[in-house]
Amino acid sequence: MSLPFILFFVFALISVGGAILLIVAREPIHSALALILVMMSLAGLYLMLGAEFIAAVQIIVYAGAIMVLFVFVIMLLNAGTEERTDWSKIAKYAGLPLGILLLLELAHWMAHSLIGQTPANGVGSANVMVSTQDLSMQLFQKYLFPFEATSILILIAILGALVLAKRDE
Amino acid sequence: MSVVSISYYLVLSAILFGLGVLAFVFKRNIITIFMAIELMLNAVNLAFVAFARAWNQLDGLVFVFFVIVVAAAEAAVGLAIVITIYQNRHSLNIERVNLLKF
Repeated sequence: MSLPFILFFVFALISVGGAILLIVAREPIHSALALILVMMSLAGLYLMLGAEFIAAVQIIVYAGAIMVLFVFVIMLLNAGTEERTDWSKIAKYAGLPLGILLLLELAHWMAHSLIGQTPANGVGSANVMVSTQDLSMQLFQKYLFPFEATSILILIAILGALVLAKRDE
Repeated sequence: MSVVSISYYLVLSAILFGLGVLAFVFKRNIITIFMAIELMLNAVNLAFVAFARAWNQLDGLVFVFFVIVVAAAEAAVGLAIVITIYQNRHSLNIERVNLLKF
């Protein structure tokens, strides 16, 4: 067991544990904190994959901005313990086995496919580090039009949120 | 020295996506269901970054960037919808929002 393996399994265990905590927690605020845990450990995994800009954006935008929005809405609406309802028959007898089957199939296919055997060479060697400069070159040259299109998307999102929130006047 | 193979990241991504689907189906609180969507988006992002690393291509990282932007916009509009639903129904339980239910 080398250090990258140990680090990977620590981060993987934290993220999967956080995801399970998100499911079993009854208070929405506990689910939000578990999701922040998942995002932090995913940022660590991005660092191991050599994507340090994405790791920083993950922490700033996801764990910072988006989750603060979630926590703010939970506080604003005073969301308490969620009510539980019984599973429907379809969910119990068809949905659960099929879901587990899909998960196993995905894991099996990904673990045994040819692309899966390619080593993630960013972990051990520093010479293939992707620099943020290369990423910005790509973003502002090849992907300039999608980048500008997202600004319109964000404008629409702002207007939509405003219209929905100010609806009753 | 051995490096962590890309398949480990892909399996972790699949597990996280599956857990996100489970949370999306099982949770009854609208806000928690939104969080499950964010969890699924995060799992997809991990797969994107892993593939970008496997082929030394930057395109995957650019797509992660766009996914994060879309997730931020979706969270803003979605939470505004949640607030509107709460004002109308005085409940966050998804079972109470059944006008479109067959």
